[in-house]
Amino acid sequence: MAEIIRTVGLKREFIVGDEVVRALRGLSFSIDSGEFVTIVGSSGSGKSTLLNILGCLDVPTAGEYYLDGVSVRNMGKNDRATLRNRKIGFIFQNYNLLPKTTSVENVELPLMYNRDVSASERRRRAIEALTAVGLEDRLMHKSNQLSGGQQQRVAIARALVNDPVIILADEATGNLDSKKSYEVLALFQKLHRAGKTILFVTHNPDLEQFSSRTITLRDGRIISDVRNDNIQSADEVLANWKEED
Amino acid sequence: MDFGNLIKIAVKALLNNKTRGFLTMLGIIIGVASVIAMLAIGAGSKQSIRDEIGSMGSNMITVSPGNGRFGGVRQSGSSMQTLKMEDYESIVREASYVDKITPTMSASGQAIKGSNNTPTTMYGTNADYLEIRGYTVESGSVFDESDIKHASKVCVVGSTVVSELFPDGEEPLGQVIRFNKTPMKIVGVLQSRGYNGMGMDQDDLIIAPYTTVQKRILAINYIQGITCSAISEEYTDQAIDEITRILQTNHDIKIGQDNDFNVRSQQEMMETMSSVMDMLTVLLACVAGISLIVGGIGIMNIMYVSVTERTREIGLRMSIGAKGRHILWQFLIESVIISVLGGLIGVILGVVASKVISLFNMPTAVQPFSIVLSFLVCTVTGIFFGWYPARKASRLNPIDALRYE
Ligand SMILES: Nc1ncnc2c1ncn2[C@@H]1O[C@H](COP(=O)(O)OP(=O)(O)O)[C@@H](O)[C@H]1O
Ligand SMILES: [Mg+2]
Repeated sequence: MAEIIRTVGLKREFIVGDEVVRALRGLSFSIDSGEFVTIVGSSGSGKSTLLNILGCLDVPTAGEYYLDGVSVRNMGKNDRATLRNRKIGFIFQNYNLLPKTTSVENVELPLMYNRDVSASERRRRAIEALTAVGLEDRLMHKSNQLSGGQQQRVAIARALVNDPVIILADEATGNLDSKKSYEVLALFQKLHRAGKTILFVTHNPDLEQFSSRTITLRDGRIISDVRNDNIQSADEVLANWKEED
Repeated sequence: MDFGNLIKIAVKALLNNKTRGFLTMLGIIIGVASVIAMLAIGAGSKQSIRDEIGSMGSNMITVSPGNGRFGGVRQSGSSMQTLKMEDYESIVREASYVDKITPTMSASGQAIKGSNNTPTTMYGTNADYLEIRGYTVESGSVFDESDIKHASKVCVVGSTVVSELFPDGEEPLGQVIRFNKTPMKIVGVLQSRGYNGMGMDQDDLIIAPYTTVQKRILAINYIQGITCSAISEEYTDQAIDEITRILQTNHDIKIGQDNDFNVRSQQEMMETMSSVMDMLTVLLACVAGISLIVGGIGIMNIMYVSVTERTREIGLRMSIGAKGRHILWQFLIESVIISVLGGLIGVILGVVASKVISLFNMPTAVQPFSIVLSFLVCTVTGIFFGWYPARKASRLNPIDALRYE
């Protein structure tokens, strides 16, 4: 299988006052196309720092990072922006939708920064992405007219619309109650079945059984990296859902 | 750069905040409208003063006393006594480029008829004065040479004086009024001329023989001025030279000495007035221009607030692929739209305001250059004051921006 991500001795240090905070202390791993990887670890273990680097929002202090075969380390700001625009779909804990803006316009946003996509194609692809996340009947709803779960699904559609090589989700279920979390998880599983490569960051170890692989971080190091051959179905969990009060 | 999309993004952001956009625009609207209105008022007044002075006869020349020295003490022109009857007589005798000519005297005072009275000005002249200044007699006639010779107590009155002293519509001709206690018989009434460009009532006057005003009203033995007309406009300069030479001889002024009189043509008056108006206009436009700058600072202020407020949005846009320059242009386009739209509304408002002002007896002339200028200034203002906030936005680090609380 094609290798989408490869890191070699990835380090990230922050200088806070006189102190050096070592957020990542040398990570080497690779992720193949079609994998659904969960990254778990307690708060402060370096998950977000790693994801920001993988998402080309940040650069490592040391080490190499190849995205889709291209070395990102020496790239300029603008080239990284283009890379984010074409190859990456980012999903945030707090959705980050534009206020007072319709679902379809929110989803169109990444394509607004891509000259090769015409207005009509942009609209078509946005509707397609919203249909894929089950929001085809909420196209013209503004973000404040949607529930948290729906808002996160709009954000997922926005991450899908540019057909990225990898989807990066940082605590995507962090603001949702557990039923909504499983719904989002079910959506990720559906995307995974459709062949998408997904990196799902969570501090909740319960969610790791739903992906094909789990990387565990502690203090900026990988302490385990295991394949999961017995993937649980989030749809099943939802089917057997008992309302807890 | 895909400006089509950037403009769409900027317009959408503005539409999401219409009230704020409009309030920001207000500064620009007021600035532009006032620049246009001020320049229109300035140009309109200047034009009407020009018309006014032109209609008085552009070949008119006035001689006034000035720069006289009495024992080394300089005195103001009006209190000077350097012009005498002989000066007038010499000009009448010797000047060949002078057509109509009259000595002038003026006295302000109270005109009284029965229980009615009004403050007004009495001018002492001969009949030429009416022709030089373009007054015509509506009823009755002008006093004649014999009235001047005998200093007769007769006068010609303007319509304002008539309406003040004869409110019941009595026939004024033949009536005797009192001016500063001197009884004067009305022999003629002037045709009304209304107000001039400077808002002065041209019908509020009494004209009497200069001898009468000089001897009976003012009791002086000098004359206050001479008003005359050149035989035609193109001989104005020759007439001025001629009068100057005659008076220099009369007053025994040697070469290199200051004249103790001033000879001015209407042309010069017009130029003086024009330059005064120009200065006023520039002053007004400057004040208006300052309000435009204040409007621009308003834009900068709001754009800064907007950048801070939308830091998360900027972070998000960057995280999905917006480059620094996309963000820069988005905010720059927003501020340019605000200022250009504000400018457009300001132009319309300024033109409308000018038209409204002209309805209230204040002449205005909208200057096409002022429209172009203020529009240009607006756009530049938008770019200039939008630049710093936009650059600040474009230089944000995406991660920090996303984390911004
Ligand atoms: N911009 C930063 N400046 C300084 N320290 C940072 C910064 N970002 C993260 N850190 C530190 O790096 C470590 C890892 O943070 P993070 O990646 O956010 O952890 P996680 O997402 O796993 O909770 C933490 O100790 C955090 O304080
Ligand atoms: Mg985190």
